[in-house]
Amino acid sequence: MNKKNSLISVFFLLAPGFLFLISFTHIPAVKTLMNSFFSTGRGKRPSKFVGFDNYEVLWNDSTFWQVFSNNIIYACVVIPISILLSLAMALWVNSKIIGRPFLRFSYFLPTVLPLIAVGNIWLFFYAPGFGLIDQVASALGFASLNILGSQETALWGVMAVGIWKEAGFYMIFYLAGLQAISPDLKEAAMIEGANKWYIFWRITFPLLTPTTLFVSVNAVINSFRQIDHIVVMTQGGPDYSSTLLLYYIYEAAFMFWDTAYATTLSVVLILLLCIIAIGQFFVLDKKVHYQ
Amino acid sequence: MRVFLDLLSERLHTIGAWLLALIWVLPLLYAVWAAIHPIEYEANFDITAPLTTYNFINAWSQAPFARYLVNTVMMTSMIVICQFTLCTFVAFAFARFEFPFKNFLFALVLLQLLIMPDILIVENYKTIRFLGIMDTILAIGLPYMASGFGIFLLRQTFMSIPKELDDAAKIDGAGVLRIIWNVYIPLSVPTFVAYGLVSVSFHWNNFLWPLIITNSVETRPLTVGLSIFSMSEAGVEWATISAGTLMTTAPLFIAFLIFQRQFIASFMTAGIK
Repeated sequence: MNKKNSLISVFFLLAPGFLFLISFTHIPAVKTLMNSFFSTGRGKRPSKFVGFDNYEVLWNDSTFWQVFSNNIIYACVVIPISILLSLAMALWVNSKIIGRPFLRFSYFLPTVLPLIAVGNIWLFFYAPGFGLIDQVASALGFASLNILGSQETALWGVMAVGIWKEAGFYMIFYLAGLQAISPDLKEAAMIEGANKWYIFWRITFPLLTPTTLFVSVNAVINSFRQIDHIVVMTQGGPDYSSTLLLYYIYEAAFMFWDTAYATTLSVVLILLLCIIAIGQFFVLDKKVHYQ
Repeated sequence: MRVFLDLLSERLHTIGAWLLALIWVLPLLYAVWAAIHPIEYEANFDITAPLTTYNFINAWSQAPFARYLVNTVMMTSMIVICQFTLCTFVAFAFARFEFPFKNFLFALVLLQLLIMPDILIVENYKTIRFLGIMDTILAIGLPYMASGFGIFLLRQTFMSIPKELDDAAKIDGAGVLRIIWNVYIPLSVPTFVAYGLVSVSFHWNNFLWPLIITNSVETRPLTVGLSIFSMSEAGVEWATISAGTLMTTAPLFIAFLIFQRQFIASFMTAGIK
């Protein structure tokens, strides 16, 4: 095949896919950045260039800072706990434990259920008075709790759902990672008299580092992307105590119709994701043990 | 002593694993309990409580779930078919051709793994409004048609196929499309199955974008329908909400029960690549 022909083929292979990719990812991303320097056009007042005004509003918006710190807390709690749990799950499911099929089934179950439906069920779980958690608490002699209804606990209630939803999904990747490790390594260590704890921390865990990198990048993205449970469980309340960044964007854009502010918030979210992803890559990549 | 300690640690592991598994299924069991019993028993766990189908019938009559199901099926199949087609073409170009700016273009593809359409809701909403296709099933699907994840996954698979096979096909005079169709697709079936399952469960469960873009019974998928049903001002009972929740998740849940192994294996292949 000559070179010109092959370039024509490449063009026709790439064009349809790239048309969609560019129109719904790259152009919107660039437009988000551009529009964050314009005001929201309302009625007869068209949007106009305002420089860094939106960013100034954002800087002085105490709600934004609360939402921002909510999301950081959310990520810092949900990511490590769900990764640790998923690793434990994978080790259990990969061992000769009784009832493996049931364990695997129940750990993975939340992954196939829609977060919105899951949120409904958990809402019922948390309901003050007759919800299961409250019933157990009152049986043990604790006072009635309104987990989602109070500012101190609402975010924690939402985080529990996030962990529950994610851990089983990450388990799959650890399971794949574990199955790729040669049993010879473990046997050799056992002959040398190493105990299980030592084998895990010195052999298994280091060999799983590529999986940990992959899972943690995914976990970061998910902790900024998943807000379905918030829509159905708390609507970000009470008083923004459980609002995450994307929910705040959604609210600004589609409840208050302040698209300029929503795009400014989106820029912050995109930048945050890029910085974390790049940082993670550089920090963890140095520690990755490639086989 | 060592044997005793080993046995003890094994027992503790078993107990821990089972406890976690029980916590993990508890919410679903709770929903099942509430859905199949009369409302008086929704928080009263009495084994002898009478069973009922009332909640399911009630939920079914209060919202057009059948229509929502049709919408979800149409939307999901449209997205998966388009993703398969577009991603196969792009992945094949990256796997088998050399061309200018190849690395740059591939970086653009990978960028979508980080900046997903879910985050760009504001600008994508404007695009859909500009195209004049608000509140259509097509609009729900458009931002997801070309997926960076799918392109990456298929490219990895295509690159592992020996090149001699397409050389043989070329000698027989087959064009690019014929080679893709006759050589690459048949040899990549497991990847397509894996990607298909991952994609179906993602889009079946997707909520925020469809919520923004749809506004009528004729276009709403199950997830949006369910949220409207359960958040209605009328104050729907918990038992009815549980029944509705179970009904909307049932198709995917049953598929998962039957194809559990394939599901997990698929998510695994999709993750490793």
